[in-house]
Amino acid sequence: MESLNENQKILEKEPGILEAKLERRSFLRYAGAGAAVVALVAAGCKKDRRVYTDFGVTLDFKDDAGVLNYAYALEQLEAAFYIKVASAPPSGFTQVQKNYFQDVQFHEIAHREFFKKVLGTGSIGSLDVDFSSIDFTSASSVLGAAKTFEDLGVAAYNGAGIRLRDANNLVIAGQIVSVEARHAAWVRDQISNGSFADLSSLSALGADNTNGLDGQLSPDKVLAAASSFIKTKINVINL
Amino acid sequence: MNILNILEEIEKVDGEIYERLNPRRRAMKDFYNVGKKISLAALPLALGSMFQKAYGQTNPTNVNEVLNFALVLEYLEYNFYNHALTNSTINFPTTASRDAITTIRNHELAHVNLLKGALGANAVTPYVDADFDFTGSTTFGAAFADVFSNYQTFLKVATAFEDTGVRAYKGQAPILKGMAVLTTALQIHSVEARHASHLRQMTAASLGVALKPWISYSPNGNDTGISQVDAVYAGEQNTLIAGIQITGIATGVTQTAAAEAFDEFLTGSAVKNIANIFIKTRKLT
Repeated sequence: MESLNENQKILEKEPGILEAKLERRSFLRYAGAGAAVVALVAAGCKKDRRVYTDFGVTLDFKDDAGVLNYAYALEQLEAAFYIKVASAPPSGFTQVQKNYFQDVQFHEIAHREFFKKVLGTGSIGSLDVDFSSIDFTSASSVLGAAKTFEDLGVAAYNGAGIRLRDANNLVIAGQIVSVEARHAAWVRDQISNGSFADLSSLSALGADNTNGLDGQLSPDKVLAAASSFIKTKINVINL
Repeated sequence: MNILNILEEIEKVDGEIYERLNPRRRAMKDFYNVGKKISLAALPLALGSMFQKAYGQTNPTNVNEVLNFALVLEYLEYNFYNHALTNSTINFPTTASRDAITTIRNHELAHVNLLKGALGANAVTPYVDADFDFTGSTTFGAAFADVFSNYQTFLKVATAFEDTGVRAYKGQAPILKGMAVLTTALQIHSVEARHASHLRQMTAASLGVALKPWISYSPNGNDTGISQVDAVYAGEQNTLIAGIQITGIATGVTQTAAAEAFDEFLTGSAVKNIANIFIKTRKLT
């Protein structure tokens, strides 16, 4: 919430920055519009005032758009990872692994672009990613990272479904999560054949092996788990 | 203590509290006005009767219907795998292949028990092995006659069951919207998808076909090459999601990639038609 607090400070110092009085809640709603707030603040700043541009992005979970933006953020992360892998696969990859990582890359790009389009002007901006912890020349490092992303992605969609109010959005989330689960199973089998649905290894993600249930995590926990891979500051409100 | 604050707090976890309490918005407005006037002493009583209406009853009928529908599908899957493991002449080629089917069987049993427990007295009478014809002979003739003696036939039927299961849960999700049980259903749904992914790999390896872990593009949706199960994959070729054409949405997103990237749901009636092929008595209606 740091950068939001900074925004708040600017507002306190410069109440005329916005024409009408804005409550915090509705201001934050503007903040969710990403680029729009930059223009807004920039317009209100005097020439000698420092313009804050590093606000990060804000996920406002007050409605379905917030949940879809959350999915958009995760798909951006996944797509960026697979693009990097597919562009220069580890030398230890088999031909089938190379082909399937290429497939998965295009699935994640399709998801990312779908959310971008469906959210339109309400979409968050592009995230900067940090994959410095992944050795892209090592098959095991890449497979391990892919497993992390896919299992986390499944848990994220499973945990966010209940927040969706529009049945159509719920179906779309369902259409995507089962593909992520197919990815997760395949990647796991590449690491250790037969581990496709090893739910006992997924308890940290909310899986319940006794009842045969996959992971499910709330957005704050998912974002905390993904935070080391994302440089852009992600602010969460109304969760 | 302010009743409106309490409602707001509840709204944070249950977005539809107002709809639950009273679906008529005008009535809710009236309630707001009354709420301001209720004395502190009378509040617990007023709240108690309100929440009894909203949450006090058991699952709504349609939710029980969904859960029972899912339960029958889980009985079908569980009995199928259990039959293959305990009462068949299937020659599993490796320990890994038998272990994988055991893992899947155990998950289906866990799902049966979970759903049974959630339904309590409302659960359907259990389906047992004798209730099913896993060859589907009345519809398929002899095509799957050797399902419990031929490993490849077994894999074909298993793959169809798992891909059906994935589509079935997806199709029922809207009925469970906003309810805690939705999360549970989604957690089962993605486990079925993991099963499907693995069975497709097993099928590809055993039959020597290029079947991917994800459902790829085919003009009629069925990428398995097994024509008997066309109904299982009907519509999977779709690339138009929420009015947005996925094919070509970015460089490299071909029709094949677009169809793979989004699984499709099946309606309840379509799933029932598929399941009934394998159910001898007490067919789903």
